Amino acid sequence: MAFTNEQLERYSRHIILKEVGAKGQKKLLNSSVLIIGAGGLGAPAAMYLAAAGVGTIGIADADEVDLSNLQRQVIHTTADLGKAKVKSAKETMQAINPDVKVNTYRKFITSENIMDIIRDYDFIIDGTDNFPAKFLINDACVMAQKPFSHAGIIRFKGQLMTYVPGEGPCYRCVFKDPPPKDAVPTCKQAGVIGAMGGVIGSLQAMEAVKYIIGKGDLLTGRLLTYDALTMTFRTIKLPKNHDCPVCGDHPTITKLIDYEQAECDMHM
Amino acid sequence: MADYKIDDTVDITDVVCPVTFVKAKVALEELDDGQILAVRMNNGEPVQNVPRSIKEEGHQILKLTDNGDDTFTLIVKKVEDE
Repeated sequence: MAFTNEQLERYSRHIILKEVGAKGQKKLLNSSVLIIGAGGLGAPAAMYLAAAGVGTIGIADADEVDLSNLQRQVIHTTADLGKAKVKSAKETMQAINPDVKVNTYRKFITSENIMDIIRDYDFIIDGTDNFPAKFLINDACVMAQKPFSHAGIIRFKGQLMTYVPGEGPCYRCVFKDPPPKDAVPTCKQAGVIGAMGGVIGSLQAMEAVKYIIGKGDLLTGRLLTYDALTMTFRTIKLPKNHDCPVCGDHPTITKLIDYEQAECDMHM
Repeated sequence: MADYKIDDTVDITDVVCPVTFVKAKVALEELDDGQILAVRMNNGEPVQNVPRSIKEEGHQILKLTDNGDDTFTLIVKKVEDE
């Protein structure tokens, strides 16, 4: 595939980079990334990946755009209120970059549908806001041998780590089970500073890009935490747990689990 | 130009900075180590900057020829890094 002059101009700042070049940009154009959740994390991730020329982007979310979303979910605008989030997200991505093919999944991911959805993608971004979904994405990606970026944000804090099959721990090595219902507040109950999604979601996009072009060190075996109030980034080294129930030597979780979700967290 | 066996030619007179260098860089990436690229560029800004940028990437500049029509042809030998 040869670049058009327009593509050379669009991606010139990438191609100039030694680590990207024409080869890296072609890898991006031939790659596919699935973003689960078109919210605070998914919005910036989707926009940067579309702008970067990731050839195929999948976006999954069952919800419609709500007024309370717009303080942080920058892919949606006031004019999108009431629209399916996946539709609004698709329109923004294609407005940014018509090179990108966007697949929309207007549904909550469950143990029934997740394997079919992730199958065709090179990298998965967890932009969800609840523990049942995070454990489901982890387990499905481990079982399907798919790399993914985990992230979570609340109040003025955020965290992320990257799972690559065969390299380092999975989310369940670190957090064994979901916390009891209502033990941890969601961002609906606790609040979240809008730019936090921008910081952490952009870092997730960065991990996806680095994975695709095959350059640099990923957050495998490391959890990055960010505290905006103290303005501190920390990386915590995390070993793989050989007794992990899903990715360990003798897995005991061999089928996907739909954990129950607290009632007030539904329909975020 | 006859002194060298040209493996590929790229014309960057139809684009402006920074796409001039980008187009030349893309053409160089397609070549193997030691192969030779001829780059036709406009006088002025391109001829001042593109050869320097290509040199900074580690490639070897062999020759710059004035074509007499306000364009220049740069002969570059690809040097594979690492």
